[in-house]
Amino acid sequence: MATTASITPLSKTQPVYPRRRKINWGRILAWAVLILWLLITIVPLWWIVRMAFSTLKDLLANPASLLPVNFTLDAFKRVLGLASVNEIVAQGGFPQKLNFLLYFRNTFIVTTVVVFVGLVFNSMAAYAFARLKFPGKNWLFWLYIVALIMPTILNLIPNFILIHELGLLNTLAGIIAPGFFGNAFGVFFLRQFFLSINKEVEEAAKMDGAGILRVFVSIVVPMALPSLMTMSILSYVNAWNEFQWAYFAGGQGAKEATTVMTVALAHFRAQQQSGTPDFPGMMAGTLISAIPMVVAFMFLGRKAIDSIKFSGYR
Amino acid sequence: MSVKEISPRLQSSGVKARPAWMKKWFNQEVLIAFLFILPSLFGMLTFVIWPTLKGFSLSFTSATLTRAGEFIGLENYQKLLTDNQFRQSVLITARYVLLNIPLQTVIALGMAVLISRLTNSTIIRGIIFLPYLFPMLMVTIIWMSILDYLTGPINGVLKLLLGPSAMIGFLNVQHVIASLAWINTWRHAGYNTLLFFAGLQGIPKEFYESAALDGASEWQLFRSITLPLLRPVMVFVLVTSVIGSFQVFDSAMVIGSPPGGPGGATRVIYWYITSLAFNQFKMGYATAVAAALFAFSMLIAWLQLRWFKADVSDLA
Repeated sequence: MATTASITPLSKTQPVYPRRRKINWGRILAWAVLILWLLITIVPLWWIVRMAFSTLKDLLANPASLLPVNFTLDAFKRVLGLASVNEIVAQGGFPQKLNFLLYFRNTFIVTTVVVFVGLVFNSMAAYAFARLKFPGKNWLFWLYIVALIMPTILNLIPNFILIHELGLLNTLAGIIAPGFFGNAFGVFFLRQFFLSINKEVEEAAKMDGAGILRVFVSIVVPMALPSLMTMSILSYVNAWNEFQWAYFAGGQGAKEATTVMTVALAHFRAQQQSGTPDFPGMMAGTLISAIPMVVAFMFLGRKAIDSIKFSGYR
Repeated sequence: MSVKEISPRLQSSGVKARPAWMKKWFNQEVLIAFLFILPSLFGMLTFVIWPTLKGFSLSFTSATLTRAGEFIGLENYQKLLTDNQFRQSVLITARYVLLNIPLQTVIALGMAVLISRLTNSTIIRGIIFLPYLFPMLMVTIIWMSILDYLTGPINGVLKLLLGPSAMIGFLNVQHVIASLAWINTWRHAGYNTLLFFAGLQGIPKEFYESAALDGASEWQLFRSITLPLLRPVMVFVLVTSVIGSFQVFDSAMVIGSPPGGPGGATRVIYWYITSLAFNQFKMGYATAVAAALFAFSMLIAWLQLRWFKADVSDLA
């Protein structure tokens, strides 16, 4: 609302233009609404920064200040395990040692394995479905479609039991396992892509005597590289942000060695049962874990934005 | 394809003698195809298809984590009907979905239409998408701090302008579900905006031009061109977000402490499933709740698909 009010009076001065243009009020209102939503989107993100560099005491005293109150790195020291318990209590934090470097490492291992191994398996299967001839192909592909549209609500508990029986509970391997072999969406998406690229280059290579493996590795994969890159960044974001499975398979935050960052934050939050939670600490943790994704996204820029298309049907 | 092309050469070297079914099943291409599919298929059968089937069969047993339990027929489902905590969780979740879906969809559609009419800027679309890069969990914590009673800026401003009586307990028992719906909207509206935007790009400009020549108003253009032609995207967005909303979990885990708080106000269905399974180890009963949610999600999806006649496009 505030934006609407501040922008509309400006347009009244428009007749300064040499030729009198009709003021398009609808357009101005439209811009105002859009800008309002952009502000609603951006301000909370600034709020993370503002809180992460403040202390809890100062935040309580100045709830509406736009800048960090008494700029400090205490919260970061706290979540990186650089502050002693006494210091933490003095800063008004929750007296629990956190080690975000370790959680960062755990997230990094899980995410990297899931995304890259998954990508290799996904693209192999997708290529087979797109180009190779084999009996049962359509039938098998239907299985993928079923897996794609079926809600995954029922999977959590049986998968948990399976990982438990394999003795992989509370290990990083257990957290990785379900994503290790790729996923139906990846196969579906890449198959669409392989179908859309020109067959002629592949056929020409085959005429020259190149085998299927050779064609795949040295012709198809290089051609698909931009798509594979975009897709892996998007699945990196998803895997990086995954919480539920990592929480239950990794010991609900109680086992440091298998705690990923999202789980650490949830656990940190759950420990603080009374009073105002340690917001600066949680925001510092949030910043540490979110920055790689934001950087990756900016690096990709337009490509990633344009790749988000409606791919629900066909 | 390739087999046919090189077959003349192969035929001359005696391959012709092999029966047709052998040629179909045993050749290099089939072998490589199966090797290519094998890891992916193994993973999908082990971690997606089989667990779903096993989930259904578990729901008819009294299994715990370490004990397979015995077959008890429909007992779990009968228990479900009289389970107050289950009923409570369904009501809480339904309220969340009813607040979340309209809010999220209207904002996303509105922003997509505005952007497509006003600007082609990738930066604006990028900003709109930005919240999606943060995990639901962190987004919830961010908004907890903004909506907080004592340290939050919203209440800070309310107090400054209207005095302490105007402050709102966004995170208390009464308002927390609405807050969760808003938080989810904040994270997901941008993603849906981009989906709608892509859909809008697919509508030919001439439709609007000719209708505008006939003197149609903006609202008429939206009602009679944009909305009907956007139907496939709309169905996709609605089906996925309704099913996703019924599975709300991450945000409910952190908004209150202990999880499900304050005062049990965010004990959603998924919270109930996980608390049965991983705190009480009642795997059989927990999967029965999950199976009920599964069946309900499928029903919702089917109803939406029918309602919107998703398979029929007006663009033809």
